[in-house]
Amino acid sequence: MEETYALRMEHVSKNYGDNAVLKDVSLSVKPGEIYALIGENGAGKSTLMNILFGMSVIRDTGGFDGKVIIDGVEARFNSPNDAMAAGIGMVHQEFMLIPGFTITENIKVGREDTIPTLASRIFGKSLEKLDNKKMNADARKALDSIGMDIDQHVRVAGLPVGYMQFVEIAREIDKENIKLLVFDEPTAVLTESEAKGLLSVMRSIAKRGIAIIFITHRLSEVMDVADRMTVLRDGEVVASKNIIDTDIPEIAELMVGRRIEKLVDENETHYTHSDEIALKIRDFQVDMPGETVNHIDLDIHKGEIFGIGGLAGQGKVGIPNGIMGMFPAYGEVEIFGEKLQFSKLGDALHKGVACVSEDRRGVGLLLDESIENNIIFNAMTIKREYLTGLGFAHLVNAKKVRAFAKEMIKTLDIRCTGPQQRVGSLSGGNQQKVCLASALALNPRLLIVSEPTRGIDIGAKKLILEHLVDLCRNHGLTIIMVSSELGELRSICDRIAIVAGGEISSILAPDAPDVEFGLAMSAARVSQEVS
Amino acid sequence: MERMTKAVKNFGLPRIIIIAFFLSLLVAAAVTGMDMAALLGDVVRRWAMYGILVLAMVPSIQCGIGPNFGVTIGIVGGLLAALITIEMRFYGFFDSFANGGAMMQVCIAILLALILSSILGILYGMLLNRVKGSEMTVSTYVGFSIVALFNILWLMLPFKNGTSIWPLAGEGMRTTINLEADFASVFNNLLAFKIGNFEMPTGLLLLFFLACFFVWLFTKSRTGMMMSAAGANPNFAKAAGINVNKMRILGTTISTALGGVGIICYAQSFGFLQLYNAPQMMGFACVASVLIGGASISKARIVHVLLGTLLFHGMLAVALPVANNILPEGNLSEILRIIISNGIILYALSKAKEAGK
Amino acid sequence: MSEKKSIWSKIGNTLIKNNVTVLFVLLCVGAFFASTYTLPSLFTELFTRLGRNTFLVLSLLIPVVAGLGLNFGIVIGAIAAQIAIFLVVHWGFTGFSGILMTVLICTPLAVLFGFLVGKLFNSMKGTEMIGGLVAGYFSDGLYQLLFLVILGGVIPINNSTLMISTGMGVKNVINLKDNLRYAIDEVSMLSIINVAFYAGILIGVILIVYRLIKKQDLQLKKLLTVLIPVIALYGISYVPAIRTFLSTPRLMLLNAVELGVIGVALFNIYKLIRLTAIEKKQGVPIKQLLYIAGAGAVYASTYISVIYQSLCAVHLPVLTFMLIGALCLFMPWLMNTKLGQDMRTVGQNRAVATSSGINVNRVRIIAMILSTVLASYGQLISLQNIGTVATYGSHQQVGLYAIAALLVGGASVQHATVKHALLGMVLFHTLFILSPNAGQQLLGNAQIGEYFRVFVAYGVIALALAMHAWSNRGPKKQRGTLVR
Repeated sequence: MEETYALRMEHVSKNYGDNAVLKDVSLSVKPGEIYALIGENGAGKSTLMNILFGMSVIRDTGGFDGKVIIDGVEARFNSPNDAMAAGIGMVHQEFMLIPGFTITENIKVGREDTIPTLASRIFGKSLEKLDNKKMNADARKALDSIGMDIDQHVRVAGLPVGYMQFVEIAREIDKENIKLLVFDEPTAVLTESEAKGLLSVMRSIAKRGIAIIFITHRLSEVMDVADRMTVLRDGEVVASKNIIDTDIPEIAELMVGRRIEKLVDENETHYTHSDEIALKIRDFQVDMPGETVNHIDLDIHKGEIFGIGGLAGQGKVGIPNGIMGMFPAYGEVEIFGEKLQFSKLGDALHKGVACVSEDRRGVGLLLDESIENNIIFNAMTIKREYLTGLGFAHLVNAKKVRAFAKEMIKTLDIRCTGPQQRVGSLSGGNQQKVCLASALALNPRLLIVSEPTRGIDIGAKKLILEHLVDLCRNHGLTIIMVSSELGELRSICDRIAIVAGGEISSILAPDAPDVEFGLAMSAARVSQEVS
Repeated sequence: MERMTKAVKNFGLPRIIIIAFFLSLLVAAAVTGMDMAALLGDVVRRWAMYGILVLAMVPSIQCGIGPNFGVTIGIVGGLLAALITIEMRFYGFFDSFANGGAMMQVCIAILLALILSSILGILYGMLLNRVKGSEMTVSTYVGFSIVALFNILWLMLPFKNGTSIWPLAGEGMRTTINLEADFASVFNNLLAFKIGNFEMPTGLLLLFFLACFFVWLFTKSRTGMMMSAAGANPNFAKAAGINVNKMRILGTTISTALGGVGIICYAQSFGFLQLYNAPQMMGFACVASVLIGGASISKARIVHVLLGTLLFHGMLAVALPVANNILPEGNLSEILRIIISNGIILYALSKAKEAGK
Repeated sequence: MSEKKSIWSKIGNTLIKNNVTVLFVLLCVGAFFASTYTLPSLFTELFTRLGRNTFLVLSLLIPVVAGLGLNFGIVIGAIAAQIAIFLVVHWGFTGFSGILMTVLICTPLAVLFGFLVGKLFNSMKGTEMIGGLVAGYFSDGLYQLLFLVILGGVIPINNSTLMISTGMGVKNVINLKDNLRYAIDEVSMLSIINVAFYAGILIGVILIVYRLIKKQDLQLKKLLTVLIPVIALYGISYVPAIRTFLSTPRLMLLNAVELGVIGVALFNIYKLIRLTAIEKKQGVPIKQLLYIAGAGAVYASTYISVIYQSLCAVHLPVLTFMLIGALCLFMPWLMNTKLGQDMRTVGQNRAVATSSGINVNRVRIIAMILSTVLASYGQLISLQNIGTVATYGSHQQVGLYAIAALLVGGASVQHATVKHALLGMVLFHTLFILSPNAGQQLLGNAQIGEYFRVFVAYGVIALALAMHAWSNRGPKKQRGTLVR
């Protein structure tokens, strides 16, 4: 009765501290099967894979509950090397290739075939001679088996991106005992035709009896190649189905779901439409690695809270970064009618835009500085406030700074020992409040908050969201909120734009049905097929 | 106990060893019956003498280029400035001033040093902006090359005064130039007083403190804060609309200019101007001093300068006579200097990476 | 716009890649004509310096491959050699046995030092180069402590020729004249052939016995193809005329060129015959013919009087150049082993190396050990040729000049080969020899030329490091894939 599975994961649970990221997840993959794993960012996919590969993060944070069973034998991997030895391979989204090496060398890296020599007999195995003939033959075989007719002696350096992916695959299937291959969003960086080629290669690999786990956001690809799929949401399995029993809209709905967390109580009805345009974006492009914005037109009205959502890597974070001048941007942006000059560093700040960065520790804060210095820094440099002129120099006016910092600490409820505490020693939520305080110190006309609630506790989350709503409704501040958490966007925003593939796939009302959000998020290509 | 070990870790084991060593040297000096007052006077003199050179490390570390091994560039600028004033004196430029014009001469020298070193510093800063991430290695070798280049310059300078040039050849600068007739000890002797054998180089010390105060003031100013933000977190600075490269050039320039001023203060106290290869390793001594004071590759404050210079150069000032007392031969204190200065740099380098993880 | 840029960057790249070498060729030619040197006198000095320093430069290659950059820490290897030399001289060993003794002592020392430096470098990944420089100075301090204070001061050493008269500390100069001087350089070809003969026979016998015991294939044919030439050479060495030729301590460069030409010609004629007569290949074997013609041309050129005089002026230390040659062959061999491939992988990308199961730290330490050991041998070769050890100075500039020479040959922080090392040696040392003289002739001051060459050494390193950092920043920009 018992079917043989290449991989079974049973009742896997994992907590990071108090935060449960996986709750009783089970899945099983048969040899020769393509199994799709679907979910939003933060749904638990990567944690599940980290467990499968025995990554040290898992062990360092207290291990996990449940079982990983490979070929019917329970496995406990202490390192990725163990997992590799057990026949599990991964095709990375970021290539693990050495550009200066030939394709053969890359395929065989760390597993070179060797011939013993006189020296190796005396001084040990590491002086064995490389068996270039065999390695080239093996590489050729692996390349042939995935239909790549490129010469194995070529260096990887100049290859097109699509080819690199295939070299990665060739490396994995060259491993003798490979049983299970994980493809982590393999098509994210490929063109459409390259992606098609990849899918057919996946099929042919599966035919050889190798099990495949396919992680992707592109639902049409799931429909194309997968045999079965599991949807994860908030660390739980929401559904496991055969592909023939389902369709794209259903998966999209399962993926998004309706979160019934009312983060902010709003008594007032939604905003009254103002005709004044706060931010006008035309043909906007941002060259931000990993978050490229390709072409965007947007009008954001004065006094609204405008949400920007979408999956990671689709370009939503690129929008604030482009406006703030962190990455090269092109196109037209007008702030209250004033044209933004990308070439001028800090121009957006001077035109009254403040931004809370998604990278709190990397961009948002000076971790070694005090709370007060962080709060007033932008106001001091941009607006030259909190300074005392000394004729030849402008010194920071410690008294004014202290007073303002204390005020912000009170209004935003920053939990600290005092305005002089080092920001690096604060908790994530309090750091975020400092970021917000620093943006508010600029007294902006337009506030952009990017991922304001990432990695902070529920209390701080609520306070920050409530404060944002208050700023908008009672002080008339225009707010753009960029977030991966659809739930929080829907709870406070007036309109929500979903970004996919670097473009706006649709602008929705917060109470639009789940299906629409789900479809919008999984790329424009899908929605065309549906309509 | 755990708290103790943590405190030790924070303070740094090498620092504790060096302080303990310094203290034990002092005890040894006292026990062997040395003239403690004179010795302490020497400690203070050397503290003030090296102080400004070490201070040059602060703006460079704060602006993000790390400890400035290439401070030698500022030093050669300062040396050139001093040589120019000697030539000026030769033509009677300072004759009309009081006391032979030594004070005037040294002030002109400092002013010239500021100008020359700043020009060199701007160029140097522009170079360092192109080599982000390997500033330390590049600056070390750029410093070495500049010293070698200036060696050629010293040989070819068209100066005529007998103080500077070789008497026989009639051209080319001497390796060491006696400043007796110029500005030797003018700052040291300014407001100087004596308690027993303890000599207080008041003027020099005040100048050192004044320089520290100005640098401190700068770090509290708008520009200073923008500069240290650019050094601490370039992405943050960029998001705040700060031109990171400009700030780095600013920091490098200030550092180099301080190097130029520093060498003049050093030379007037020492009494000699040392040309040719003498400045080559000075950058290392400065870096070591500020590191001993508690700075790291990426963080430095004025306190580190004050403490580090006192510890490192004070220790050497004491070690020299003590070592000579214990072991008359063998250049023990010189060996000590090499081991300690390079040891502390190695320690800081290995710590820097650990923190980076 | 972008097209224009790419052309410019292409031109820039080729210039950047070779400009140092090109500039050096120009400098050398200019300095030669400015100086009073003749080709023979230049050749004599140049080959002395090549024999002295090439081994040291080659010791830099392994760390570059393993991604540790230019090993400024070879000073530490030199220190190991000097400690060993001191002990050997103190104990009174002389000649080649003295050299063997030195090797015996300095090898474990260098292994230990290399291991420690490797450990240190593993804790400062990314700043190895400045770390190596500082580590060099640091160990120089320890070395001075050992030689000035501990030797004689703590460990009593009774040796009035080596020690300062007070009994504490070693003198400034260790004279090798009566013990190790030329101990490697002047091993005659005859002795080399004799040793090779006995060693060859011994290894042959051992291999046969081993294979007999293990019941393996004897591979007699393969063995004989190696042994027969050795035996033949040994036999020929009994011909009286050849025997006198072989027993001279050094080999005139002219003779070396003649031998080389004959060797190349014979080998290619043999191949030619084999190709046409035995394997019956179609077409004209152009490659072989070209080689033979080239050999002929080289031989003919020796009749040009300047070249003839230059070649006659140089007397090569045979064993020294053989050792250098062996190291040149060792490098590519090592790169073709598993260890070499691991080093390359680690050098290219540590993350990939780790994820494919390579112990990155271990490979880096092995690279440092190899480099330090080779550097110590290099220093030994250099010092036995110079004939005196400046106790507190011989090691100090070793790293500087070796690295500058390597970079002049066109190497970079990430890429260095035997070719770079050899070319760089010739160029750098040519300039080194010529510049004081040229300075004297041009500017009336030899000192200027001397400072100029120091400036050039530092400047070349600064330039190479700056260019490395420069080019390192480039690729990061490429990752954004903007569809325009």
